[in-house]
Amino acid sequence: MSDAGSDQSEGRVGLGRRFWRSVFRGPLYPRDDRERKWVVVNNLILHFRPVQLPARSLKYTHTFGLGGMSLVLFLLLAATGVLLMFVYEPSPERAYESIRALENEVFFGKLVRNIHHWSANFLIAVVFLHLLRVYFTGGYHAPRQFNWLIGLTLLLCVLVSNFTGYLLPWDQLSYWAITICTGMIGYVPLIGEWLQGVIRGGPEIGSATLINFYTFHTTVVPVLLIVLMAWHFWRVRKAHGVVVPRAPGEELEEKPESVLALPNLLMREFAVALILVAFVMAFSVFVNAPLDAAANPGMSPNPAKAPWYFVGFQELLFHFHGSFAVVVIPLLVAAALVLLPYLRYDHQGEGVWFVSLRGRQLGVAAALIALVVTPLWIVLDEYWIDYAAWLSGLPPVLREGALPFAVLLALIVGLYIAIRRRFSASRVEAVQAMFVLLGVAFAILTITGVWFRGAGMALAWPWNL
Amino acid sequence: MSDRRPEVETKGPDSTVGASSRRSFLWKIWLGLGGLAVLEYIWLAADFLRPRGSGPADDAESIIIAGAVERFSPGSVTAFPTGKFYLARLENGGFLALSRECTHLGCTVPWIDDEARFVCPCHSSAYDMRGDVLNPPAPRALDNYAVRIENGIVKVDVSRPLKRRSFEYAQIVLP
Ligand code: HEM
Ligand code: FES
Repeated sequence: MSDAGSDQSEGRVGLGRRFWRSVFRGPLYPRDDRERKWVVVNNLILHFRPVQLPARSLKYTHTFGLGGMSLVLFLLLAATGVLLMFVYEPSPERAYESIRALENEVFFGKLVRNIHHWSANFLIAVVFLHLLRVYFTGGYHAPRQFNWLIGLTLLLCVLVSNFTGYLLPWDQLSYWAITICTGMIGYVPLIGEWLQGVIRGGPEIGSATLINFYTFHTTVVPVLLIVLMAWHFWRVRKAHGVVVPRAPGEELEEKPESVLALPNLLMREFAVALILVAFVMAFSVFVNAPLDAAANPGMSPNPAKAPWYFVGFQELLFHFHGSFAVVVIPLLVAAALVLLPYLRYDHQGEGVWFVSLRGRQLGVAAALIALVVTPLWIVLDEYWIDYAAWLSGLPPVLREGALPFAVLLALIVGLYIAIRRRFSASRVEAVQAMFVLLGVAFAILTITGVWFRGAGMALAWPWNL
Repeated sequence: MSDRRPEVETKGPDSTVGASSRRSFLWKIWLGLGGLAVLEYIWLAADFLRPRGSGPADDAESIIIAGAVERFSPGSVTAFPTGKFYLARLENGGFLALSRECTHLGCTVPWIDDEARFVCPCHSSAYDMRGDVLNPPAPRALDNYAVRIENGIVKVDVSRPLKRRSFEYAQIVLP
């Protein structure tokens, strides 16, 4: 390895400089491209990133920096989370009081809690957007198939992390949100009750639940996240950076012009990181994390809602029997996400936003269909459809589960076939249209649950909540 | 697995067929032992995570003494916050101890005296005085607890909720 300058006479160099040189392998201030490469290769952290990359993949609107933003939010969470751990006491008697003390007595305690809270919520949103970016730019095809799976595991970890953290303040909001979410697990056939017992650490939510959640939140999930993120970044590097962007129909030259990651990529990412940190800080100064009254197991609030990222599933529970809303549909969606990169596609459209021009048109059409059908279904189900009265002869699993699910499935499959035949869409375009359809439907379910469900979870206007 | 070994070794003098199959056999054993260690850890972790505090509580704690029979007028529902149940005395004078946990997703259901029904604040399931579902999404009747009447004193065993699909006459305990 070229240790530039190490052959100068050591004796003349001051202790400070010699110390820094012992810390950083290679040059401190790289002067030319060769040295810049060495800085990246020789640095434990930087070497997770590519050394050089195609110039065109620097374009901001190709990745929107969403992956890097996820990392920055994770670092903010780790930094503030460690501080919170010094104050927080994970027991039902002390948890709420310790959060109150944090907010009112600890120096900048409220700000630290706010930063932790908002970073966590932004992280969910940013990771979702990152998933969408990767999907719609075709970044999941070989050789990146497995990195898509690592990404999905990261998403799962981020969700578990948020969910376990949600309980910790032990206020009305968290206590009942966790009650109904773990209540949903009870609908899993056969093992539901056992699983619920394991997650709660007993038959009801109490100190064992809090210990379970606290341990997962502060140890298990963060460690998993760090390991998986390192793996994720390294796989991006091994795939020679992100998928190279191109316009629809454009062929890429064999060897696209490439530039060094330092400074071109790393400085851009640094700028995005600084802006993001500034934004989170400012937001946390002005908007407080919610803290309701202390948890009261004797009184449920009205309405009781899951955390916003699970409200879509909670909404499903109003339209499908539990075993479909909690088991069949989520498992099918998860299986579809896992299989996406491994389907046999005739052509791929890697690097092109939405595959092709036709892909874009079909995507818009699918979004419009979902935009009409989903609210219609929700409203009809609320005010008109009454399976119990119409089909009283059938058991609930069939009339409220299998039947509406079959209708839904027929709709999706029919639409898929129609798109393939009528518009002679390629498989990747048709699958993408279905992805858009279901994605928009899920977004509408979530929006309905968050803003359009009031007392008793009846439909209501946001201004009447 | 033998193709995993570095070049040099395969060229070594002792790399006879016997040695390499012996190595691959040992390699498999190590692999198996490693797998076993992982399984043991998972088993251990599962045991640590096993529901705690759910074991049969001792009688003194799980039997709640509700009071004398005459204290409860027929057609009334009395809340017992410490035992987390309601004691219903039906019109015929029989007793029924109902869990306050909604069977939909587990919210706590208050008794609404004016309407003579339990209404869940979370997703508006409703139950009648006997715990039967009046209004979905609740999938089944409220759980009940075993009631005993000894010497005119009503006692409720809250150690284990009894799951039931709907109300049945046999669940009533007559004084
Ligand atoms: C904690 C969560 C995550 C972090 C920190 C993260 C970070 C990153 C970073 C820094 C990149 C480089 C390009 C970019 O910035 O967009 C990247 C690329 C990628 N990510 Fe993620 N990611 C996360 C979650 C996910 C999820 C949920 C998925 C999808 C299931 C995913 C799939 C991918 C794939 C396939 C690539 C390569 C894309 C390409 O080459 O165009 N990641 N990720
Ligand atoms: S928890 Fe009672 S209706 Fe949902």
